[in-house]
Amino acid sequence: MQRRLSTWLLLAPAGLWFAVMLVLPLCFVVVFSFGERAAAGGYVPAFTLAQYANLPARATAFRNTLVLAPLGTLLSLVIAYPLAYFLAMRADPKWRTLLLILVIVPFWTSILIRSYAWIFILGGQGLPAVIEWLGFGQVRLINTPFAVLTGIVYGYLPLMVLPVYVSLERLDKRLLEASADLGAPPMRSFLQVTLPLSLPGVATGCMLVFILLMGEFLIPAMLGGGKVFFIGNALVDLFLQSRNWAFGAAVAVTLVVIMLVTVSLYMWLMRRMGGVRDDVALM
Amino acid sequence: MTDKIDHISRQKFMEELRRYQKGSVTRRHFLGVTGLGAASAVLGTAMPGLLPRAAQAQTIGDRVVLATWPNYHDPANFESFTQATGAAVQVNVFGSNEEMLAKLQAGGSGWDVFVPTNYTITTYVEQDLIEPLDLALLPSYDAASFDQRFAGPGTVNGTVYAVSKDWGTTGFAVNTNHTGGTTPTTWKEFWDLTQTTFSGRTMVHDYQLTTIGNALKYFGYSFNSIDPAELAKAEELLMACKPHLFAINSDYQPSMRSGDAWMTICWTGDAKQMNRDMPEIVYVLGREGGELWSDFYAIPKGAPHRDAAYALINHLLTPEVNAKEVMFHGYPVADARVNALLPPEILNDPILYPAAELLSALEFGAAATLTDPNRAELMARFKSA
Repeated sequence: MQRRLSTWLLLAPAGLWFAVMLVLPLCFVVVFSFGERAAAGGYVPAFTLAQYANLPARATAFRNTLVLAPLGTLLSLVIAYPLAYFLAMRADPKWRTLLLILVIVPFWTSILIRSYAWIFILGGQGLPAVIEWLGFGQVRLINTPFAVLTGIVYGYLPLMVLPVYVSLERLDKRLLEASADLGAPPMRSFLQVTLPLSLPGVATGCMLVFILLMGEFLIPAMLGGGKVFFIGNALVDLFLQSRNWAFGAAVAVTLVVIMLVTVSLYMWLMRRMGGVRDDVALM
Repeated sequence: MTDKIDHISRQKFMEELRRYQKGSVTRRHFLGVTGLGAASAVLGTAMPGLLPRAAQAQTIGDRVVLATWPNYHDPANFESFTQATGAAVQVNVFGSNEEMLAKLQAGGSGWDVFVPTNYTITTYVEQDLIEPLDLALLPSYDAASFDQRFAGPGTVNGTVYAVSKDWGTTGFAVNTNHTGGTTPTTWKEFWDLTQTTFSGRTMVHDYQLTTIGNALKYFGYSFNSIDPAELAKAEELLMACKPHLFAINSDYQPSMRSGDAWMTICWTGDAKQMNRDMPEIVYVLGREGGELWSDFYAIPKGAPHRDAAYALINHLLTPEVNAKEVMFHGYPVADARVNALLPPEILNDPILYPAAELLSALEFGAAATLTDPNRAELMARFKSA
């Protein structure tokens, strides 16, 4: 009895926080999404599905988000995995801590400032000038989906590297020795031992990056120049410019539903693959 | 390119810092040569250690929050305010009146002073978001010296809610290095060039009034139209131009100066600032018309540092200070006392004071455009397309 009470007490701060800061606002958003825009902007209570019927007006923003968020996640993974592998398996332990710190160093500066730096790198006098000087003709990089993707991969890479690194670092190296002793060439050891055992890290990294990307606002605003809109940007506009809280709420609810569905699907898939992993771990 | 921003070398910076630390130069000189003056307004609040010790008693608090527009104030004037009062000026920059209204409607903006445009003030009064001004607290404001054409909209139903900051026009700036000798003179040319030889090089404001308004001008409609059929035509044009735009952003100077953008919808002062440094960038008022506007200083309801707000407005409206503002931002003011202090080349500048026939075609923004749901949604749709 005593223990149960202490459990509840310990959980109370987090529970209260979630109730007040997450569940309650979410309820408001759902209620607002059935309302209407007030005459001068804002919200008036109503019960209408008009806001949901108007969703196709934001089709491009949904499409941009649903294409660039998974693509950005995948690209981050492709770049992060070899880096994490190097850090965990090949790097001299003497240097490992320093190298890991270097991966995190960019977080010491605000993403806003780092995105500004990218504006100059991708702007006409940055990379495109170099490309032109090399004789490859004129290219435009800033304010394109490419620029947004670059910013995304740059910004989220550390979030992908760290979980993958942890899973590789924890991997029991004796399994690799056993695999080699049994005659497996390095590539086969990697594919059949290392890769499956690092999947939990990969799954965590992908989830972390993907969820954050679905709500991304800053990078498309800075590097997309108002031409590559994410749902996050459309939401900011609806609340902070056109002041259509009802429609904004409907877009937000739709985004939450899309996230719930994709993330649940993803977790279900991972659990199925995780079953395989447990068998391996038992060996 | 002739971007004239003087970057100071690291060595020079350290030398200046040491001179400042030894007390051989003033803080003002140090901030001026290092370019930190502008940054300190923001840094001041983030790093209280950098705040100067106020000579006087700190009766108005240690800070004042100003919501304003890009490139709109001389940082040296904030610096002198801070020096005199001990209150650091924290600046929030906005690109549209809609954004300002949205922040105030949502509540808790934390602003002490904001800079609304003529056509928005009646809405702020109706929505009870703006404080009637106590003119006794603004001794440097002398209503009689202001041109009523521009200062008038600050008074609603006989009550003064806002005092005149400056006025200006909305035209477009174009880099003539890319026009092959001819300068466009109409909004029709602006939008046509955007879709042809200037593809990928044009910027429009992130602001419904001017972007939709000047698209309406392409068809010869009123800048202020809220007629659904006319707005539909404007939307068609905007959507056709969207793939050809460089960006949708009200802070267009960096891109124009770097050469990434060649043409942009533009306000008087930005045109003056760019033209001052890069004479190839010229300012055009579309012959069809466009916007004539005036901006104001106002205090939102519930301003957290109300005394500091009055002190800041009073400081910025002091004729000597305001004259420095004009020299910096390049917008004309409605205050005759300030004009008396300005050099003739400013008072005769065609960017600040356009020819009468160009000026007479312009319209003041209409209050209806601020709250019209179709214009708001059109802009949001255009941006997310």
